[in-house]
Amino acid sequence: MYNKIMVPVDLAHADKLSLALDTAAKLSKFYNAPVTYVGVTASTPGPLGHNQAEYDQKLAGFVAEQAKTHGIEAHGKTVVSHDPAVDLDDALIKTARETQCDLIVMATHIPNVADHVWPSNGGRLATHTRASVFLVRG
Amino acid sequence: MSDTSGQGIPDPEGPSNMIDTEYEVGQDNISMSMGPFGLDIHNPVFAISGLSIVAFVFFTLAFQDSAGAAFNDLRNWLTETFDWFFLTAANIFVLLCLFLIVSPYGKVRIGGKDATPDYSYTGWFAMLFAAGMGIGLMFYGVSEPISHFSSSFADNAGTPESWAPLGGAAGDAIEARNLGMAATIFHWGLHPWAIYAIVALALALFSYNKGLPLTMRSVFYPIFGERIWGWTGHIIDILAVFATLFGLATSLGFGAEQANAGLNHLFGVPINDVSKVLLIVAITGVALMSVVAGLDAGVKRLSEINMMLAALLLVFVLIVGPTVAIFTGFFHNLYEYVRYLPELSNPFGRDDDNFRQGWTAFYWAWWISWSPFVGMFIARVSRGRSVREFLVCVLLIPSVVSVFWMTVFGGTAITQLVNDGYQLVVDSPLELKLFAMLEGLPLQQITSFIAIVLVIVFFVTSSDSGSLVIDTITAGGKIDAPVPQRIFWASFEGLVAIALLLGGGLGALQAMAVSTGFPFTIILLLACFAILKGLHSEPR
Repeated sequence: MYNKIMVPVDLAHADKLSLALDTAAKLSKFYNAPVTYVGVTASTPGPLGHNQAEYDQKLAGFVAEQAKTHGIEAHGKTVVSHDPAVDLDDALIKTARETQCDLIVMATHIPNVADHVWPSNGGRLATHTRASVFLVRG
Repeated sequence: MSDTSGQGIPDPEGPSNMIDTEYEVGQDNISMSMGPFGLDIHNPVFAISGLSIVAFVFFTLAFQDSAGAAFNDLRNWLTETFDWFFLTAANIFVLLCLFLIVSPYGKVRIGGKDATPDYSYTGWFAMLFAAGMGIGLMFYGVSEPISHFSSSFADNAGTPESWAPLGGAAGDAIEARNLGMAATIFHWGLHPWAIYAIVALALALFSYNKGLPLTMRSVFYPIFGERIWGWTGHIIDILAVFATLFGLATSLGFGAEQANAGLNHLFGVPINDVSKVLLIVAITGVALMSVVAGLDAGVKRLSEINMMLAALLLVFVLIVGPTVAIFTGFFHNLYEYVRYLPELSNPFGRDDDNFRQGWTAFYWAWWISWSPFVGMFIARVSRGRSVREFLVCVLLIPSVVSVFWMTVFGGTAITQLVNDGYQLVVDSPLELKLFAMLEGLPLQQITSFIAIVLVIVFFVTSSDSGSLVIDTITAGGKIDAPVPQRIFWASFEGLVAIALLLGGGLGALQAMAVSTGFPFTIILLLACFAILKGLHSEPR
């Protein structure tokens, strides 16, 4: 039913993603579909690395851990954005098209007043890609 | 089974480039929620900068006379006592930049040997020019050449009371014109751009090549080492926020006055506080939309629109103005600039105190106080350029554009005055001189309208890029802090401008902002050393 799964991850808050990660892994096993974990980072040094090599290393470690823990085929993809606070959605939409995924599994928060000002990431992804979007409330 | 595939930031080649520090970007940040919005701010830079700005505004409003006098005295004392220091420092910046262009260091690439540019030439150039000096060119493009020409031509040129550059050329219209244009171009040419280039290059190098956070303190790692993560660094960053916010807010206040005067001149819009406040609100509103849209969709796009409008106005004046005189004037002015450059930049043994202290030292302090903002913004958008390419595009090309701009606007105004006896360019108040020049040309309704739109858009592009810079510094160098923070800084800047406009004190706090140019000059000289040390360890 699903051939490729994409999971956007914020490595700075990986501890808050456990439910979404478990869900993605179970779906991956069930449908025998590989998972691509996507990390969006800035081009400037950040908390997750002084340069991209360091960020890639952290993402690779995360991906390897997911693959080992859940026994799934996993890949990692780093996307560099000029202004990630604003361009996150666009970066994910572009990556979803590039990876040709047909299911996106992502963590979401309980909606609050801010969601009336800024549309949610999941909503935008569903509007602008062909993939199904599974929002996991954690 | 796992693999990763990256794109973007290539790792700088060779292990020696990266600075080996345990410091993690954002480790001193406080992440919290304020209602529905998240915050990620540096402790204590955010709080101290914000509170001290509020305190200064209150102090200025409460003790207007004494605060105004104190800040103005401070600025005048600094530019009069340390004029030699400002002039010498600016010369060092120009010479260092020129040296780096021709030296083997020019081959070093920002972001590592294999980095590719983040932005195309047009987008990059539009952004650095709009942030750098756009609005000043609108304000002083006509008035400054006219001022220097008039003081040089006047009978008292060369006396201690005169403001003429290099003693002027009393009664000699041709030489007074040459001096006037050379002196103006001197203030808008190589020196200001070298000031920006030094800050921008230092920040870009230490951030993209050395892996330190994109914030002012990082430049001083070779000098202060790990101490930059403590109070030494906090003070540098707080000073940068302080200078940037007051520089932007006071310029926004004065800009509203120029735009109001222009709108009154063109459409009869009344000149009063309501009009000015509405203008500030409108400018801040558009800037807010721009920062929320982000660097690519907001700031870059507006800068490109800005660039096109400026080019349109330039071409318009070029065609309807004295076209041949402008073209020949461009090369002539360039020659006069080069001819007078050694004398104008000489810090010692000169008699033109008023000009040297009141104009040049003031300008250098002013550019330097803007340099944390403009430099940091240029740094952020310059990844992937080689040092040589960077300096040619940040130093040489903008200087040539400044010469051309001054020739078109200032040269046309002097031609109007000398050849046609058109006095309006002299008699009009400062904020209307541009419109007075345009009135002497055909189709002035259209050109004046474009000019007003340009003034407003230039303010928006300063305001939005400034808010991004302040947000990054107050978030400890993180550029992905929550969006409400940049909204806060853009709004805060508008509110400070309105408070100062209504309460009085724009001039006083601008004097204060310019005074920060003095400590920053020392900081920039240290940055020169840091650049050389940083470049030396990079692969070429």
